[in-house]
Amino acid sequence: MTLSRRHFLTRSAALGCSLAASPLITPVTLAAAPGDNRLVVIILRGGMDGLDLLRPVGDPEFATLRPDAGTSLDLSGFHAGHPGLKPLMPLWARGELGFVQAVSTPYRDKRSHFDGQDLLEAGTGQDSLGQTRDGWLNRMLGLIPGASRQTAYAVGRSDMLLARGDAPFANWAPDAALTLSPQARLLLERVMHDDPLFRDATLEAIDLSQTDLRAAPGDITGGNMLNAMAQSVQAARKGDLPDTIARFAAERLRDDTRIAAFSLNGWDTHRNQHRGFANALSRLTETIQTLHDSLGPVWARTTVVAVTEFGRTARLNGSGGTDHGTGGAMVLAGGAVRGGQVLGNWPGLAEADLYARRDLAPTRDLRAHLGWLGHALFGLDRQALETHVFPGVELGPNPGLTL
Amino acid sequence: MGFTPERAEIRFGCGLSPTIAAPASARVMLDRLADPDHAATRFPIPALTQTLPSFVALRQARRDRKQAKTKADQKRLRKAYRKLVRANRAEAAGWLGHTFLRRALTGDGLRERVTAFWADHFTARGKSGFWATAYGPYVEEAIRPHVTGSFAQLLRAAATSPLMLHYLDQTASIGPNSSRGLKSKGKRGINENLAREMLELHTLGVDGPYTQGDVRELAELLTGLSFSLGSGFTFLPGQAEPGPETVLGITYGGDKARLDDVFRALDDLARHPATATHLARKLAVHFTGDNPEPDLMAEIAARYRDTDGDLMALYDVLLNHPAAWQDGLGNVKQPIDFMGSTFRALDLDPRHMPVGEPSKIRDLILVPMALMGQPYGQAPAPDGWPEADADWITPQRLAARLQWAISVPFRLRRTLPEPAVFLTHALGSTAPEPVRFAARAAETRAEAIGIILASPAFQRF
Repeated sequence: MTLSRRHFLTRSAALGCSLAASPLITPVTLAAAPGDNRLVVIILRGGMDGLDLLRPVGDPEFATLRPDAGTSLDLSGFHAGHPGLKPLMPLWARGELGFVQAVSTPYRDKRSHFDGQDLLEAGTGQDSLGQTRDGWLNRMLGLIPGASRQTAYAVGRSDMLLARGDAPFANWAPDAALTLSPQARLLLERVMHDDPLFRDATLEAIDLSQTDLRAAPGDITGGNMLNAMAQSVQAARKGDLPDTIARFAAERLRDDTRIAAFSLNGWDTHRNQHRGFANALSRLTETIQTLHDSLGPVWARTTVVAVTEFGRTARLNGSGGTDHGTGGAMVLAGGAVRGGQVLGNWPGLAEADLYARRDLAPTRDLRAHLGWLGHALFGLDRQALETHVFPGVELGPNPGLTL
Repeated sequence: MGFTPERAEIRFGCGLSPTIAAPASARVMLDRLADPDHAATRFPIPALTQTLPSFVALRQARRDRKQAKTKADQKRLRKAYRKLVRANRAEAAGWLGHTFLRRALTGDGLRERVTAFWADHFTARGKSGFWATAYGPYVEEAIRPHVTGSFAQLLRAAATSPLMLHYLDQTASIGPNSSRGLKSKGKRGINENLAREMLELHTLGVDGPYTQGDVRELAELLTGLSFSLGSGFTFLPGQAEPGPETVLGITYGGDKARLDDVFRALDDLARHPATATHLARKLAVHFTGDNPEPDLMAEIAARYRDTDGDLMALYDVLLNHPAAWQDGLGNVKQPIDFMGSTFRALDLDPRHMPVGEPSKIRDLILVPMALMGQPYGQAPAPDGWPEADADWITPQRLAARLQWAISVPFRLRRTLPEPAVFLTHALGSTAPEPVRFAARAAETRAEAIGIILASPAFQRF
């Protein structure tokens, strides 16, 4: 990998690309490696129903609001888990799976997925909705001493605001491939040179496809392009499978990567929730299991955190589903987390306790938890977190999410 | 630089063609759009209402399969079901081929572009099984015939299309006090999904002057909108919430639920000034750039209000505004535009398009679109595809465009044009020097063609 990277740098220099402008040409300083801790951020898109994942069966109102919840797994007496969590119960028992209840971003009232996700990924307050062009995870990465361009990866085919920004965040998908003849690569770099968006993406694609662990290095002729496309097609026909994404992320995390981010869709359960939620949850549990299995010894240093744009209505709607709400839940997993418990204050489910008499009321800003993770895992300064990563957030008391 | 035929064809059409002349003026573009839809006649795609009945057989076969009694039965029924699914997909692959042939060979490229724009504005997606193939027919029925009419007509067509009602769960939304709601003893009720997206995405916009209360009232008003596979859209008074509903301060309906009240509310939403502002912004972003000129948006919005949402009048403003013709970087083409304009520059002939070979359509078009970030008809959420250039040109998505550009033209055409000639076909008189150089210096014809197509000059409008 070192060889191909140097090779690439020399080639770019020979072409006269403006190196300073490329986000890839961040010097790799091995002496200042950013520690050994790993953070995996999963965005659950669509609004994950925290009340179905983590069922507050000890609240007297719950049975009325969710009459058809079915069987649950006992967690804490007060909380019961959705039956789909079963594969993760060994992790729960070992203290490697935990939850935070009744959290949300500062987003309120309009309950739009898209604004909600923007705010979740931007990490800002509602007043700067739509104005932030970079994500909190990118800003966090920018503060980590010794971060290189392999330190952070956004995995999958979708673009994430979370990862966007000035710090060098790699973007790649397990089924992406790029095989070019040396001549084609030179010409391509030349053609892209004057358009920064295309130039940077091209350089990164060439670079990442070379460091892709599964791609065979060596001579690649133009004719192989057909095979490469066919292989991508084969891989892509299976879709963005959660275990493929998780395995790819784990490969990176076992190497130089310290942060990985990706999305899991399918949480917008307006209808027949018992089916839709179970499907989405199985993708999440599969992801966490695959991370656990593939990370090996690195699992012990890993924190996985899954967050969503909002929770859903406390009451079931008229079609066995739930509509967009406010307070939700956060999932934590990994050998580094202080699991086996549900953190956070419980607001209650009586109608007067609900937000706008319909949604679970959030009792804490989830950005405070994310900020504390940055502090615990990467030693980030509290003030920098409150002003730079999550501007305007008060971190408050340390919730003690990690060991 | 202002209007030039080349720029018009690239920016507002489907790209340059070596055999079809670019439009001489904005007037010509609008006149052609006002003319009958020749491309649809030449490369037909059925309307959704025509294809829905074929789902009846599929649904039946799926049920039969699940109820098989013996092993042999199971095998036979599974085979029968799969055969129907395959036939359904094969048909849909042909429709996708036609979608691209229209782009490759039309003389009226603006129609393809505004159709794609409005189809995206009214994003609807099949959520399971056979619905996956409904997208093309949905666009053909609910969007395409209405892109030259009024926004109110378009809204009505989209909001009553079976695919939209299926996608945003409207068929499951039951008035709690309707006869069906009462019979369910409180089990069935309102589902807010369509009502919310109608306000947030289809009409007023997320910054529009509506509240959660309006979402709720509109959801109650929309109960009763339904469809059957056999005959398409229907209004079911038996599941519509009785009594009046008040949306944005206007009260609709009385005791008895009537479809006309729903339509009246849709018309009022279409006419709302916030809708004008919202749509003006979307049009300007889509056709001119991520940060459109405020003056352009203001003019479109004003014309919208003056004409009660006459869509042709909006295109007229757009095409005659200086902001539409500015030099400088245009928007990045979405994968469908990128592939469509490639086929057009390659002068693809109908016999090059494997409309009868679903596996080829899948490998050469459908899967590559997904790799480029735009699985056809499968936008991840009701807000449709992203507009920002940076959303499309990520390393992994750009890699897919590159790979496709180098490999697929040859797979489809078998012979490739001379790169120096193709350069002019694809980029006209404005090819930048590095692209000219690459067209000469590439080692193989496939790479030369691929690099021309991958160049920012071709990938931007």
